[in-house]
Amino acid sequence: MAQFVDRRLNPRDKSLGNRQRFLRRIRSEVKRAVDKAVAERSIADVGKGGSVSIPSDGIDEPQFHLSRDSGEREFVLPGNKEFVAGDSIDKPKGKGGGGGAGRDPGAAGRGEDPFSFALTEAEFLDILFEDLELPDLVKTSLKDAKAKEFRRAGYSSDGTTPNLAVLRTMRVSMGRRLALRRPSASEVEKLEQELEALRANSTVAMAERQRIVHLAREIERLKRRQRAIPFLDPIDVRYSRFSPVLVPRAKAVMFCLMDVSASMGEREKELAKRFFILLHLFLKRKYERVEIVFIRHTDEAAEVDEQEFFYGRETGGTVVSSALKAMMAVREARYPTGDWNVYCAQASDGDNSGSDSRECVALLSQALLPLVQYYAYIEIADEDAPLDRSGKELWRAYAGLKEVAPGFAMARVAHRADIYPVFRKLFAKQPSKGAAS
Amino acid sequence: MTTASLEATHALHPGGKLLFDGAEWDFQTVRRVYDAVDAIARDELGLDIFPNQIEIISAEQMLDAYSSVGMPLMYAHWSYGKRFARDEALYRKGYTALAYEIVINSNPCISYCMEENTMAMQTLVIAHAAFGHNHFFKNNYLFQQWTDPAGILDYLDFAKRYVATCEERYGVEAVERTLDAAHALMGQGVFRYPRAPKINLAEYERRRRERIERDEQDYRDLWRTVPGGKPARANDAVDEEARERKRALRLPEENLLYFLEKNSPKLRNWQRELLRIVRNVAQYFYPQRQTKLMNEGCATFVHYTIVNRLYDKGLISEGALLEILHSHANVIAQFDYNDQRFSGFNPYALGFAMVQDIRRICEAPTAEDREWFPAIAGREDWPAVLRDVWANYRDESFIRQFLSPRLIRRFRMFALADKASDPKVHVEAIHDAEGYRRVRSKLADSYDVAASEPDIQVVEADALGDRPLVLRHTMRNGVTLADLGKDATLRHIRWLWGYDVRVEEKAG
Repeated sequence: MAQFVDRRLNPRDKSLGNRQRFLRRIRSEVKRAVDKAVAERSIADVGKGGSVSIPSDGIDEPQFHLSRDSGEREFVLPGNKEFVAGDSIDKPKGKGGGGGAGRDPGAAGRGEDPFSFALTEAEFLDILFEDLELPDLVKTSLKDAKAKEFRRAGYSSDGTTPNLAVLRTMRVSMGRRLALRRPSASEVEKLEQELEALRANSTVAMAERQRIVHLAREIERLKRRQRAIPFLDPIDVRYSRFSPVLVPRAKAVMFCLMDVSASMGEREKELAKRFFILLHLFLKRKYERVEIVFIRHTDEAAEVDEQEFFYGRETGGTVVSSALKAMMAVREARYPTGDWNVYCAQASDGDNSGSDSRECVALLSQALLPLVQYYAYIEIADEDAPLDRSGKELWRAYAGLKEVAPGFAMARVAHRADIYPVFRKLFAKQPSKGAAS
Repeated sequence: MTTASLEATHALHPGGKLLFDGAEWDFQTVRRVYDAVDAIARDELGLDIFPNQIEIISAEQMLDAYSSVGMPLMYAHWSYGKRFARDEALYRKGYTALAYEIVINSNPCISYCMEENTMAMQTLVIAHAAFGHNHFFKNNYLFQQWTDPAGILDYLDFAKRYVATCEERYGVEAVERTLDAAHALMGQGVFRYPRAPKINLAEYERRRRERIERDEQDYRDLWRTVPGGKPARANDAVDEEARERKRALRLPEENLLYFLEKNSPKLRNWQRELLRIVRNVAQYFYPQRQTKLMNEGCATFVHYTIVNRLYDKGLISEGALLEILHSHANVIAQFDYNDQRFSGFNPYALGFAMVQDIRRICEAPTAEDREWFPAIAGREDWPAVLRDVWANYRDESFIRQFLSPRLIRRFRMFALADKASDPKVHVEAIHDAEGYRRVRSKLADSYDVAASEPDIQVVEADALGDRPLVLRHTMRNGVTLADLGKDATLRHIRWLWGYDVRVEEKAG
């Protein structure tokens, strides 16, 4: 007899373990492919995963094969329409033409064709952000900031009414009633019905009269017992128990500052945008509770939403300090330092007036840097400018900050493909505290 | 529903006998169809099958099954992940369609049917896999000798758990390294020549436990390398001892994995066990590779015959029959050698044609058939003839015995000889009276799995001294080993053996 089984209900992802093993094995190749994809793709597609191609060297499964170009072989083919025995045919160029019936087209690892397959979004981002971590987050937040949170922890026999666990209470009550043999309502009702029927009967025999008396007594006894054993006793009552648990708090707020003034051309804006996109993806991926504040500035700064930040249009002069001030205001209003780790990333083309740059440095070193965990500044350089040339106004002004504030980092990018390495460098896992100092 | 359309529905069911109507399937219908197919398979074809277990799976699960060589469970290895990634990419892009079914040589016999199949396709698949392949697995001598269908799933379950335990104990990398090396030798990990011992995988597992216990109780320093302070002996005594050791290794040995498992001086016990697992899996699949043509021929013939009988009995509609025949025709398409799509003989096409041909020879033999096949021409009980063929042959002997001149003509087969040094290929024989036997024999040769794979044996090894391992590739017709993969495979063997390995090629 045949069995029919519906396997569609089985858990999915049976191959997941093997897939992870495979990905681990080709890690470095995939990483190269992902880096390339990040450099080439349009902003909206970066995080979407998708197809990657890797060279097939590392994933060959070698075996002994028979050589195709030595010795002699005989084979049979179908579809002869022109030849008779004794004919000779020129060998076709290339791969031995037709090759005989023994050929196995599935033989793995032949030739240098790249192996291409699709990465899921999660895999893509994991590889993209491997080894990256917001600096010091663990140190200052996970260790110190713990929040009390109440979690379900079974049942207890005392508590407040809103926490009454009705089902559990009824269960306990039923157990007690069964154990004490409390007569059920239906039991009593059955006897009462019988009594009713007997009484309704006009001709009553002796035996039945006795039965009536017996029934009446029995009903009385049961009812007494029902009263003595309550349906719901206070000892039955159960409450859901909640116990406080200390959970690490990894709340972080990330300020994204960008210059969108006239001196920032399309290219500069696009490069800056890519940096923030990466940052954005990184934060969303790595930390569950991260808030992001977007502040763009020309000669005056404004907090905007994500869409406006990346795609809105506005032009004007350049006053960088306006953005720093706006950021300070937002932080004070919404993110008191006790609860939040503050991170900041600023992108600019480096054009600024000398006096404002000095104001920026003063603001940063005195007010901002002590409050933030990390401050990254990227300067968008000219495409043809060599990166080692000393930077522009803001770069030169900021240069001194590196020494005084350990949480300050700066980098210059000129090309799309530079963004990602710089991003990695800025947010690379920092050496442990001891090694750093 | 209006009366008119009710009547229309009735018209589709002459006598209400149809098993199903329309494309949708459900479990009740599948069961009804199964019973109808079962009746024909047993009563008319006399098939003898393992109990069936038919499982409905989704496309994703089919991809899972692909990647683990069609088995419902398999030990973990990255190469299966690679296969999955590749198949998935091809499938998602629409380059390949998935199989309608996969069937596993186990008892009970498990067939996977895709949920996307229409009811007509499920009918085809049940007849094809659950009866055709199932009968072949149960009755063919190679499967009977070499596989243990009742134990395979338990064994794979053990293998899976064992590999997982090893990964925990010795690290994923170390296990992977060993399995990589073992996989490279899978082709050389089967016994081809000796008569098969009766395989019982549960027994294997029991013996393994005993082995471990014995080893623990009775530790012998078998692989001791340091000679210590033994007195020097005469040279010939040393030689004699070396010969003695070699005899103990029972060389030459064709099963490289077996040899390394038993004799490698460097492998640890768990690694030997991994080698044994890979070897057992390879051996389990060996009969399938030798009977691909027959197996598909048998299954295709069975589904073709059964669905036609279902139609004759008025159990399936003309529409369903046409749908089935349409995909049947796709499956048995054979392209000519100069067609772009040609990739060797299609086992479905040739296998089905040969089985049909045998039936024809039984039912309506020509004078030529009587001359070529006196034993079966005109036999009335063709199902019995077919059952006997399915039970007692493999692809190579099947072709050698039963390929008829009529089929050679129909496929317009021709035999070619190709010498590497010669810029031309020579036509040796075509489908004419002089050529039949030659074509048939050459085609049979090309289905001999042992001949299409390199014959590599261990010929020399010494567990003492500098321990070189010598492999010999016995060449057939001067065909050498391909450079591609040779060095990488040798590196794997060297790693398994722990000392120098070389391969010599010798004309056979």
